[in-house]
This record gives sequence, structure tokens and C-alpha cells, in this order.
Amino acid sequence: MSWLERIFRGRRHDDDLAEELLEHIEERTEQIMRLEHLSRPEARQAALRAFGNPTLVQTHSREVWEWSRLEAFLVDLKLVARRLSRSPGFAVTVLLTLSLGIGANTAVFSVVDSVLLKPLPYPESDRLVTLSLQAPGAAGLTSFRDGLLLSPSMFLTFAEHNRAFQSLGVWSAGTANLTGIAQPEEVHVITVSRGLLETLAIPPLAGRWLNADDQKPNASKSVMIGYGFWQRQFGGQQNVIGQTIRLDAQSWQIVGIMPRGFKVVDTDFDFLRPAPSAFDPRHQIMEGFAWNGVGRLKNGVAIGQADADVTSMIPVWMDSWSDGPKSNSHFFEVWRITAALKPLKQQVIGNIGNVLWLVMGTIGIVMLIVCTNVASLLLVRADSRQQELAVRAALGAGRGRIARELIIESVALGAVGGGAGIAVAYAALRLLSAIGPVNLPRLSEISLSFESLCFTAGLSIFSGLFFGSIVSLKYSRVGAAAALRRSSRTASAGRDRHRSQNVLVIAQVAMALVLLVCAGLMMRSFAVLLNTQPGFSDPEHLQTMRVAILPSLVSDPVAVTHAQNEIADKVAQLPGVSSVGYAADVPMEGLEPNWNSIFVQGRDAWGAKSTLPMRLFNYTSPNYFHTMGSRMIAGREFTWDDVYNQRPVGIISENLARELFGSAQAAIGKQITYFQRVPWHQVIGVVEDARHNGVDAPAPAIVYWPTMSENLYGPEPLDAVRGVTFVVHSQRAGSESLTQEMQQAVWQINGELPVSGLRTMQEITSKSLARTSFALTMLGIAATIALALGIIGIYGVISYSVSQRTREMGIRIALGAQKSELRWLFVRSALVLTCAGLVIGFCAAAAVAQLMRTLLFGISPLDPLSFAMVALILVAAAALASLLPASRVFAIDPVDVLKVE
Amino acid sequence: MENEKDISRDLFPGALEMMILESLRRQPAHGYALVQHIQQRSKNLLQVEEGSLYPALQRLLKTKMVKAAWTISPSTNRRVRIYQITKAGLEHLERQISSFDRMLEGIQMVLGPARRATNT
Repeated sequence: MSWLERIFRGRRHDDDLAEELLEHIEERTEQIMRLEHLSRPEARQAALRAFGNPTLVQTHSREVWEWSRLEAFLVDLKLVARRLSRSPGFAVTVLLTLSLGIGANTAVFSVVDSVLLKPLPYPESDRLVTLSLQAPGAAGLTSFRDGLLLSPSMFLTFAEHNRAFQSLGVWSAGTANLTGIAQPEEVHVITVSRGLLETLAIPPLAGRWLNADDQKPNASKSVMIGYGFWQRQFGGQQNVIGQTIRLDAQSWQIVGIMPRGFKVVDTDFDFLRPAPSAFDPRHQIMEGFAWNGVGRLKNGVAIGQADADVTSMIPVWMDSWSDGPKSNSHFFEVWRITAALKPLKQQVIGNIGNVLWLVMGTIGIVMLIVCTNVASLLLVRADSRQQELAVRAALGAGRGRIARELIIESVALGAVGGGAGIAVAYAALRLLSAIGPVNLPRLSEISLSFESLCFTAGLSIFSGLFFGSIVSLKYSRVGAAAALRRSSRTASAGRDRHRSQNVLVIAQVAMALVLLVCAGLMMRSFAVLLNTQPGFSDPEHLQTMRVAILPSLVSDPVAVTHAQNEIADKVAQLPGVSSVGYAADVPMEGLEPNWNSIFVQGRDAWGAKSTLPMRLFNYTSPNYFHTMGSRMIAGREFTWDDVYNQRPVGIISENLARELFGSAQAAIGKQITYFQRVPWHQVIGVVEDARHNGVDAPAPAIVYWPTMSENLYGPEPLDAVRGVTFVVHSQRAGSESLTQEMQQAVWQINGELPVSGLRTMQEITSKSLARTSFALTMLGIAATIALALGIIGIYGVISYSVSQRTREMGIRIALGAQKSELRWLFVRSALVLTCAGLVIGFCAAAAVAQLMRTLLFGISPLDPLSFAMVALILVAAAALASLLPASRVFAIDPVDVLKVE
Repeated sequence: MENEKDISRDLFPGALEMMILESLRRQPAHGYALVQHIQQRSKNLLQVEEGSLYPALQRLLKTKMVKAAWTISPSTNRRVRIYQITKAGLEHLERQISSFDRMLEGIQMVLGPARRATNT
């Protein structure tokens, strides 16, 4: 019999069996009548005794055909559906709660899976490492965010002498001016060495890779373009290969297109270009630590071996290259450079991992709260079905049968909730990619993957089993007799009936407390961050604009300074603009113009350079600090006189002034410089500290120089900073009209100047706060859900308890109890539960808060204010949630209640 | 559920099936006749609850060891379901019997000397 037949013939099969069994009993009955001369009813009794329970026999026989199990399951499912459709309110509440819980978990899991768990989108990406170095001996250099980067000479040494790598390459991101198209545009360019594309091993979509020939000196200029740029600029036409474009006033030929989604590590680009001159072995010095290295390990080489390999090549590097005939290249020994290789994935994910795991954890707790909430709803329902269940137990339903049904009901609810949850998760992920919040790494890779769906299915079934087993454990073992007795209407509710619900409420309060404390700590951190002095003021009224003047457009440094000066003047005349200045880099923009150590006249010997700490150098225009709203602690800003007359002057940050001279006032008039050949510069001003690397990072010691200064490296006597960020203080900051007028002002000076980086300082600051605010938002959402569910839980338990004890209350009122006292009785029981939850929650929260220590800023993980506030909120919420249902005792009329009896 | 437990307490798993197959090898029969036959042959030593025969028959039907057909019993003139052993059933029975014999032999070899040892 095929399975198809079996389904259709199932009923006939049952009929056959029934007939057969009846026949058997009939035959036996007749035999007994014949042999023992009994009456028919007596004989039938005897035959049945010999036979056993016919219904059971029939059931067992049916179960032999395996489909019967499925049939039983379908019958149970049908029952469940029928029962749920009879109480739609309950079903909708449970399904809504579940779908939100499961949906949120699926969404967060998808993010965690795509960002943290999935390998990077390169072939055999587990063999990719970043070639970062440590240099603990280079004081101040640790301010570099990713340790020491590689210099071109290091790359050449590593590429030649390594034993651990199949291939390696270096890259550096920057910008270039694209001209010859409608408007001059600043485009993102990644300069790559040979070996980089081979290391990442993603073939081009069309055309070819940049190859070793392209990297040779005097090679014809070849460039590859990114997918996004290809679509945007060329509409995806195939014939772009071979076309010529103008980058930084030079002609480049397009030789290939990289496929969609390809990034160099974590950086998107418009162009990939070779750097023949940068890596020309004939012209190399030691320095130029500006290149990010990526290596592909040989098969079977561990990262530790590669680490040792790179460290062993540092002396080779010092032997191979030099800064000139008189320099000592082994000077770098004091830097104590060692390798600090990291898996490439770790580099890409950065510190977002902490935040994501925290979010996953909190959302997991929310799921637990959801489950306990559903469990207590099911308990209430099962309670009202107690009589039905008791009757069924009395009629012979096994404990397993009832438990199975309760669990099937729960799992069915879980499954349907999970199905709806997938929709919720899908919507949430769409929202997430649309907002694209915190420069979340790998955002474009996030999707509802197969793994996420498996996770959802597992979570749905597991949570169904979880709350189902709570209910079935409680109800399936109730003795039929006891249950029947208790469910009779003459008895008052027993104490133990509430016990499980009370435990669930305590658990909910404890978990809600943990989440609220986490959110509270995050909120306090955020408040501290917002109150931190970033070194400038009024960020929402500061508009930035980046302009680069390349040597190909204007070669003379003085002319460059004049052009910048004119732009500043033109912009200052725009309506609504109160002040304009510019600098090589504004705080938190992510650029670091220069680092070097400085000498103080009469104190630091020239030979002591290696022991002096590194300082951040920035280059500013007159009026820059005034525009930024940075306080001058002492002295004054640069003037145009200082700039055009090349007066040797400098400004230092307050922390540097204190460190070097004891106070800001003492610093004024002191002489400093950074190189023996450079004249002494007088400190003319001390400005307040600026949090250059982000609000949550300490303010570095900064030296500010004028934007035009002596040229140390080229034949020209002077050098000017060519890429600067203009800052405009205006009430119109951020408006489209202002930015357009600013661009027009720039193009009036020179029509070929590209303009970029049009942002407000507020946007730049928010980006720096993005990680904290992302964590805060997610925790806030989780904590709010937890609080709401906790309130619903308390409300439900008290409300149920009031309805169960109406009779008791009626009697008490009839005997003279005050209604307000009775109300207090219920509120008190809610508060007792809440306090029990608080005690447990405090311990858990203290432990969890330790785990999120790295995310906190300026407060202790055991911040008493956060803990106290949260406790207060929960107690208030519990009081309110119990007061409402408890007030129903006022509506109890003892006469009515007793009349019913 | 409980019924099955009783069977397994009295007989080892598969014993009932083996006896049914053996009976059917002698001649096709309907359920009631099978019970009668087994009880008579065992001289009522095996107290099998009559109903437990039917799940066993269903198992045999499912594994195609037996086949069934409705006919009119010539003795009682009633509609009865006659079971008949199939070729697969015969082979299975042979295998079962030989492995059962080996098992019995083994058990006796273990029990035999031990009993002798305690006797002397």
C-alpha cells in the first residue's frame, strides 16, 4: 500500500479493523456461551476480559502504520487551531508578542551573522591577515589608531624576503581630482602596490588587473575602476575599457572594472591606481609609514609563524635602506618595531563586535521575557481549562497525551509566531540598510540568509517547547481527583496555583532590570560624551567644505595661500556668514595631517629626538579658532601678516603647554621647532584641547603651524598645505542654498577646483558618537520592550488574582474589611514580587555591566545613579500596573458575590 | 501502551510474530482461529491477551510478511479476514527460527553448567 493509498484508504482500513475485532469478540462470546452455558451478556463480558480493551487494541493497530502518528499530530493541530480561533484575543496577543520577539532576534542574528560570523567575501579569506606593526619605543606613535603602518621600503623588504606569505601587498586610500567631465569632482582613489590584487584574489568583472608591468617606472598610466563608479559615470557600458580619463591633471587609461561589492579590505573606491614612483627601489627612504599591508598566508602557516617571520625581517629592512649617506638607519631599533598581525576580518570588524554581541545578548534576554510572558498567559488559560483537563484525565487520557497536546499548542504558537517574525525581521533589516546607521562594517553584506532562517526556525520551536513545557509540567501531573475537587466553584483559589506565575513575574522583573540598567549606563555614558568639551562650540552652525589646490592647477605656494585667502574672504561675504577659517584637518574628520616630535629651545638636545614623544601637527589659517569657537587660553591666533611674512610662529594646545611649560601663560614666548634645519618658532598662543580622534578618545597634544611654511624636501623654499577644510560659522549651516553659494564662491576663484566634504560639524561629531548612539538605541529599544512586557506581566498576574479571589473579597467586605485595605493587599503582593525580582536583577546587572565596561565612558559600571533610577522606575511601574486591576475590588458588591453562591 | 508492556514481560519482542507466522505456515487462518491455535499448541502455557494479536498482525501486514483477504467462513457462514503467509514471511520465519534456536542453545549453555555446579 503506497502512502497515498494509505491516506485515502485510512478510513476503510479503520473500518476493516473494527469489523475484524467485533467479529473476534462475537466468535469468542458464542464459544463461551456454547461451552460454559452462560447468558449472552455474561459471555460477552468474559470475552471482552479475555480480549482486552478493543479501543486500545484498535489504536495500537493503527499506530503500526507510521502515518497514524502524523494523523494524530494533525488532529491535535486541528484542535489547537479550533481552540485558538475561539479566543482570538489571546491568540493575537501571544502571536504579536512572539513575532516581535522572534523577529527582533532574527534581525539581530542576521546582522551578527553577516558582520561577525561570515567569512570576508574573498576566496579562502581565513588566510588573509593585516600586516600591522607595533612600535612601543616610538613615544606618541601609539596614538595612531592601528599601530604603525608600513613604509614603501618595508613593503619592498617584506615582499622579497618573507617566507610565510603566498603573496602580500599594500594600499593607501586618498582622493584625486577628476576633470574633463561636466563638473570637476573629487573621487576616491586607492593606490595599490603589486601583489595586492593577487592577495585579495577577486578577479575583475571585465578587462584585467593592474599587473607588475603597470608598477614599473615609466609604465603607461593604467587604472581600474570600481563597480559603483562604472555604473554612475558610464551607465555600465562595456566599452569603457581602453578609454582615457584625467586624474589630477594626468591621463590614465582604464584597463579593468572590479565587480560589484568588491572593497579593498573595508574601503570603497572609484579608482584603483598603481604607484610606480612610490615603490621604485632606486629612490627609497626608511620613512613613509602610511601604507596598509595585507598578506595571504601560505597554506598551513599559522599567524604566529608569520608574526615571527615579519619581526625577523625588520633588521633586514634596516640593513637594506637608508635616509642618506650620513643617517643611521639602525636608529629605528629604539622604536622596537615588531609585527602585530591580525586576521583581516578582525581589522574589518573593528570594535563593533563588542556592541553587536551586547545587542545580541540583550535581545536574547528580551526573547526570554517574551517566553515567560507567553508562558504566564498560557498558564492563565490552562487554569481556565483545568476542569476540562481534569475531566479528560478522569476519563483515561494519559499524562503524556495531555502534555503532548499542551506542548503541540505551544509549539504551533511558536511556529506561527516565528513565521510572522521573519516578516518583522525582513522589515527591520530593510530599515537598517536604509538608515545605514553607524558606519557599520559590511553593512552591504547584511541579508536574511539561510542561517538566519534556520536560527528563526530553531528559536521558534525552542521557545514553543520552553513555554509549553512550563505549562505542561504544571498541568499534566495534577491528579484528576484533586483537580476536579479544586476546580469546583465552592473552593477559593489555592496558593500553589499562583506559584509558577509568581516565579515568572520575578524572572521578568529581574531580566527587565538587567536591560534597564544596561540602557541606563549607556544613556549616562552618552550624556557624559555630549557634555564633553570637544574643543569647539556650536557644531550645528559650523559648515565644513574641503578644497584641494593641486600643483598642476596652481604651482606657487604663495599663490595657493592667496587663493585660499580669497575663497575665505568670498565665503565670509555670503549672507548669514559670521566667520570663516580653514585648517589642514578639523577635529574628528578622520585625517591626521602629520606627526612629529618637537624640541624646546634650551631644553632638548638635538640628539634626543628618539626619546621625545610624537605630537599631532595641524595647520591653521587666521581666524580658524575664532570660527570654530575654540577658546584661546592665552596669547592670540595667527594673522595674515604672520602667514605672508612667514613669521616663525606656532600655537599649542593647552595640555601640551601644561606638559612642557607648566601653564598656558608660561608657554607664550617660548621657542620650539621640529627639525634642526628649521628656525625656532615662537609660541604665540595656547588654545583649548581638541578631541581630534573622536569625542570618546582623549585629546592629543597638538601643535598648530601656519598653512604656509618652509619647504624641507623640495627645491622650492616654501610649501603650502594644499588640501584644507574650510569652516564657516553661519546660522544657515547645513542648508542646500549655503553650500551651493559656497561652491560658487570657490569656482569664482578657480573653475577647476573640486569641492567635497560639505558637512556640518554636528554631522562629523555624531559620526564619532555613532557607536555609542547605536548601542544606546538598541539597548533603549530592548529595555523599553522589557519594561512594557514586565508591566503587562505584573498587570496580568494581579488582574487574574483579583478575578480569582472575588468571592473571598466579597466575604471579607461583608465581614467589614475596608476596600482600600484590600486594594493595598494586591498592590503589596505585586511589590513583594517586584522586590524579589530587583534583588536577583541587581546581582545579574552588576555582572553584565562589567562585560560592557569597554562601551562605557566616564562612569563606573556600578554607577549608583543608574541602578537607583532603574529600581525606582520598576517599583513605580509595578505599583501602577497592580493598582489598576487592584482597584477593581471597589466594584465588588458583597451581596452579588454571595448571591451567586 | 500498557498492553505492549505486558507482552514484552511475558514474551521477548518478535515472539508473537514468530508464532503467528508459524501457525500461518501450516494453514491460512483468521484472527480468532490464530488465537485458538496458539493457545492450544502451547497447552495454555502462554497467556496471551487476545487483543494483542491484532497490532502484531498489522505489523506483519505492513512489512508484507502476510497478506489478508475477506472471505465467508464455511463453518460459521460469517465474513472473516483470512491471513496468509507470503514468500517474504516464509523466509523471515526461517531466519527467525534459526536465530532463535541459536539463542536458545546459547542460553542453555550458559545456564546448564552453572546449574550443575550449584547442584554438586
